[in-house]
Amino acid sequence: MIDMRSKPQPRGSGVTPSGTATPEGSFPAAGQAEAPLRDLSLTIRDVTAYYGKFRAIKSISLDVEERKVTALIGPSGCGKSTLLRCMNRMHEETPGGRMTGHVSLHGEDIHAAGVDPVVVRRRIGMVFQKPNPFPTMSVLDNVAAGIRLNRFWVSSAEVKDRVEKALGQAALWDEVKDKLNQPGTALSGGQQQRLCIARALAVEPEVILMDEPCSALDPIATLKIEDLMRELTNNYTIVIVTHNMQQAARVSDKTAFLMMDEDRAGFLVEYGETKQLFTNPKEKRTEDYITGRFG
Amino acid sequence: MSSRTSGESLVTTPRHFQTRKLVNRVATVCLMACAAVCVVVLVLILGYVVYRGAGYINWQFLTALPKPVGEAGGGVANAIVGSIIVVGVAALMAVPIGIGAAIFLNEFPSGFLGRAVRFLADILTGVPSIVVGLFAYSMVVAPMKHFSGVSGAVAYAFIMIPIVLITAQEALRLVPNTLREAALALGVPRWRTILQVVIPVSSRALLTGMVLAVARALGETAPMLFTAFGNPYWNFDLTKPMATLPLVIYRYATGPYDEWHAQAWAASFVLVVVVLFASILTRSVLRSKFDA
Repeated sequence: MIDMRSKPQPRGSGVTPSGTATPEGSFPAAGQAEAPLRDLSLTIRDVTAYYGKFRAIKSISLDVEERKVTALIGPSGCGKSTLLRCMNRMHEETPGGRMTGHVSLHGEDIHAAGVDPVVVRRRIGMVFQKPNPFPTMSVLDNVAAGIRLNRFWVSSAEVKDRVEKALGQAALWDEVKDKLNQPGTALSGGQQQRLCIARALAVEPEVILMDEPCSALDPIATLKIEDLMRELTNNYTIVIVTHNMQQAARVSDKTAFLMMDEDRAGFLVEYGETKQLFTNPKEKRTEDYITGRFG
Repeated sequence: MSSRTSGESLVTTPRHFQTRKLVNRVATVCLMACAAVCVVVLVLILGYVVYRGAGYINWQFLTALPKPVGEAGGGVANAIVGSIIVVGVAALMAVPIGIGAAIFLNEFPSGFLGRAVRFLADILTGVPSIVVGLFAYSMVVAPMKHFSGVSGAVAYAFIMIPIVLITAQEALRLVPNTLREAALALGVPRWRTILQVVIPVSSRALLTGMVLAVARALGETAPMLFTAFGNPYWNFDLTKPMATLPLVIYRYATGPYDEWHAQAWAASFVLVVVVLFASILTRSVLRSKFDA
């Protein structure tokens, strides 16, 4: 049985998590991005996702590199968010949502029998489009929610430490350290979104999925979150869905461009280094999109 | 500068404008009248109950047992306590069942089964309370071979369950899905998401539903006639007949004595105050620390 609970060894320890027998070798390669396995965080192979009978994305494969920002761009409705939600099994929470294919975290299939989606989501966190702090909880309780709600008892000293650390990582500590007992919803929109990032960080995941995290924010708050994303790549792998191509170009290391076909199913057009994709795309369709000729 | 040359003036035909203003005025007045009637009915009922009942209220009325016919004075203390006990026991049965069912319907959507349960709950709210009373009679009173407080509680519980269920489901439905997703994405198990995120967010609306159900039950008379039955003495034993306020009101109001009629009004006043007090109390208890 695959044990999702044990964190993989840190890089450089000489032991790759894929040292154990994994089904990794049996998957077809993604085409691009032939990086050594230990640098890969998420590997997505042949993922097709449905809402009921509607096929939202078809046969997408890509590799998400460790401690990098990977951006998913493309026109509305091309399945960026669906693909993102397949990466931590949130897709199955949507009524009618199901998928085929494989998503692996460090070589472990997150859909394997016996894998608890709850444990998957503790290691692959998520930040949503609209800031969604828990309205009945204070700033402190919001950040502590993931820690407290996962366990029966945590000492308040430990909670305090981890909350301070997470708020620090989210560049929010200085702004809210005197407001820890105020409701989370009393903060400004940008602060609320950083609160949600802190809340995700407090669980100490390896990967953070961000679904258009800045679309509800003003430019200054957006800038802060973008700076934060760069900061976070020291410790975390980030996948971000964005409508904003400038944002993808600014924050990401790698970019995947998705489109939809005539059946409105999303597919991957091109995936590569952000710089290369934006300056010298291989595909005509990518060039048309990034130069604003459609979408 | 505008280049429009249609020649249309901002001043329309004065007659049209006047007509529209008049129609607007009339419609507003009509709607206000509708709103006023709703409020006036409530005020009239409450006002008349206060006018007829409040004067009779004194310490004795609230703390003494009923006196035999012909003797002045006496109170309804046993009925007040009996009502609270019977409704309390009914709430203990109905609230967990109703909220549990609502959680099942809303948090674990199951298509046909969920729709069927909700449809039946809607029908159950419309079942006349006297039919519910008869049902409790045949289920509890007949096997026990005598009237009892517990049979009244069962009858009340049947009346309360669909109210609790429907209000609770509406309350849970209003909790934004983004909050459930936020908790699930933190790796919080579903049961803790429900208990510690969904229910706290909807707690006010849930409690409002419970108060509504309690208030509705407190005033129901028909099912009490052949379940709790009434009792002129103190009784805290749920297996024996119990006095409740609606029974006292019904009995005194239909009796031949002026003294009884006065007591019926006073008991009505007490009933209204109890319902009012219950709803104010629960609301203030629930006022969260984050409310402005």
